[in-house]
Amino acid sequence: MLQLQNVHTYYGNIHALKGISLEINQGEIVTLIGSNGAGKSTTLRTISGITPPRTGQVLFEGKTLNSVPAHKIVSQGISQSPEGRRIFANLTVRENLEMGAFTRNDKAEIASDMDRVFELFPRLKERVAQRGGTLSGGEQQMLAIGRALMSRPRLLLLDEPSMGLAPVLVDLIFEIIQNINNQGTTILVVEQNALMALGIAHRAYVLQTGVIVKAGDAATLREDEDVQKAYLGME
Amino acid sequence: MAASQTPSSPQAAPLVPREPFLTKRRAFSIVGLIIFLGFFAIPIYQTILLEMWDSPRQLTQQIVIGLTKGTYIAVIALGYTLVYGILELINFAHGDLFMIGAFLSLIFISLFGLDPKTSSGITIFFSLLGILGLVMLCTAFLNAGIERFAYRPLRNAPRLAPLISAIGMSFVLQNVGIFLGDGLIWDKIADGLGSDAIGRVADAMGTQSVAPKNIPDLLPNGQVFFIPDSLKYTYKDLLVAVVSLGLLAGLYSFVRFTKLGKAIRATAQDRDAARLMGINADRTISVTFLIGGALGGAAGMIVGLYNGTALFSMGFTAGLLSFTAAVLGGIGNILGSALGGLLIGLILALSDQYIGTRWSNAVIFAILVLILLFRPTGLLGQEGGQKA
Ligand SMILES: Nc1ncnc2c1ncn2[C@@H]1O[C@H](COP(=O)(O)OP(=O)(O)OP(=O)(O)O)[C@@H](O)[C@H]1O
Ligand SMILES: [Mg+2]
Repeated sequence: MLQLQNVHTYYGNIHALKGISLEINQGEIVTLIGSNGAGKSTTLRTISGITPPRTGQVLFEGKTLNSVPAHKIVSQGISQSPEGRRIFANLTVRENLEMGAFTRNDKAEIASDMDRVFELFPRLKERVAQRGGTLSGGEQQMLAIGRALMSRPRLLLLDEPSMGLAPVLVDLIFEIIQNINNQGTTILVVEQNALMALGIAHRAYVLQTGVIVKAGDAATLREDEDVQKAYLGME
Repeated sequence: MAASQTPSSPQAAPLVPREPFLTKRRAFSIVGLIIFLGFFAIPIYQTILLEMWDSPRQLTQQIVIGLTKGTYIAVIALGYTLVYGILELINFAHGDLFMIGAFLSLIFISLFGLDPKTSSGITIFFSLLGILGLVMLCTAFLNAGIERFAYRPLRNAPRLAPLISAIGMSFVLQNVGIFLGDGLIWDKIADGLGSDAIGRVADAMGTQSVAPKNIPDLLPNGQVFFIPDSLKYTYKDLLVAVVSLGLLAGLYSFVRFTKLGKAIRATAQDRDAARLMGINADRTISVTFLIGGALGGAAGMIVGLYNGTALFSMGFTAGLLSFTAAVLGGIGNILGSALGGLLIGLILALSDQYIGTRWSNAVIFAILVLILLFRPTGLLGQEGGQKA
């Protein structure tokens, strides 16, 4: 479904991605793990067109996304819940969700999708008229994921969905991610919480300073000694 | 590991607790203020208050006129606030765009041959409506063009660069104003084309390009019947207030309720997040400049007709006043800026009457400083930067 072929991304002179190749198949949950500054967020930003690759190819369903501007990538079927949530603080919860559906014009369908988001996150429903900035961190995370779902993505990119959440909420969020996947959405999730991520993912890639150093079945990587040492906090 | 990071979303509520009301700095300012008021200002004050007390009619008159002027100051202020909200840029050229609006309306009025003595009321009404539309269209695209060619290339440059560019555009527009005000050039064009209409423009501009131009008094001067005789409030005043308030209400509903308006707010708050939603940030910024430009042009026409004059440097004064209004109310905040406009109009009228015209700018800035001292983000601006 999505392929990255030898992708190099720069921030000015900073070489953030140094030849990343990866693949995501329809229906999968794939996770990208790695330590701080490894380039996980940059990978997602590259896919979404916020920081386009300087060389290499990003292919979605066979078509290149390289020169497609960020705002046109959403309507191709890819949406992202970015790192740090990036909720529109002065827009209400409802308006935030409406912005998630910005590229769509089917009013009735949008309304039913919003209901679906409220089913996933009942907390949001109680707060529809509240400004996004006044939500708690966990609620903002739910809103960010819900907002990303509003474009009806076929591929959903999640950047650290569990960041800053209480353990109970982390479990809930991962459960919901699995739910979304069961309903047919392919997911690429970036996580600091590697243990949880490997628990729900089918496959995983390990990123280290802009290079993929390991790839494979999530279950296999979970047993991998290096991975356990570096990312699962096991000795 | 894992969830140990604190969220660092820039939109989150301010992490710094509100400072207590009476900080050392404020205590000093307050004491200073009291000393100042006690020794110097109270005598002045007293006379002013007595004068107000003496003639409630005069006071009411000033308040009504001040609020009326405030409505168009608010319209100009919104141009600053919209652009600041989305780009954090002070668009210095906005005041001069307003001036271009006044010049364009004089040009169209002359082209159409409108004359308070010979044209019928209906003709004048519909022509002015049409001209308003034309002027708004021209200044909208002018403003969007300025953004496209003078600001957008500097989008990722250090903050100072677009600011300097804006100051530059302000001068460019003033020169355009001088050029448009040159009757001799219009004369040549009129001769070349043998056009009477353009000849009328040449006459309206006169031979001195930098001199003030007279705009025909096309607005109805009759007294509004439901305002008591003792107050002077003409249909002209009423019209200015109604049109300005209409523009304010229209803009507010647009930004508040339409999809595009919400996209403008989203882009103002977080441009990259907006792009992730599929919002074309560049296009949204263009739309913002289109709207700001239309408002500026409309205000230029309103003020031009109201005061009966256009001058190439009128944008500087009006711009300063309106920018102050935007800051006073909370720049980036639409309701705040509108409120700021009304307040500035009011202060201006009262100060003109009771303190003296030449002190008015000083009074306005003194009040601005005072308010910013207590609310650094303006009256309705929120800490952490409320936008749009
Ligand atoms: N806007 C930027 N300008 C310059 N360098 C950047 C920028 N954003 C990221 N980088 C650099 O690119 C590299 C990869 O950053 P990235 O945000 O992708 O890391 P990450 O794997 O998501 O880390 P984390 O787990 O901390 O979120 C880092 O070295 C970072 O310093
Ligand atoms: Mg990251």
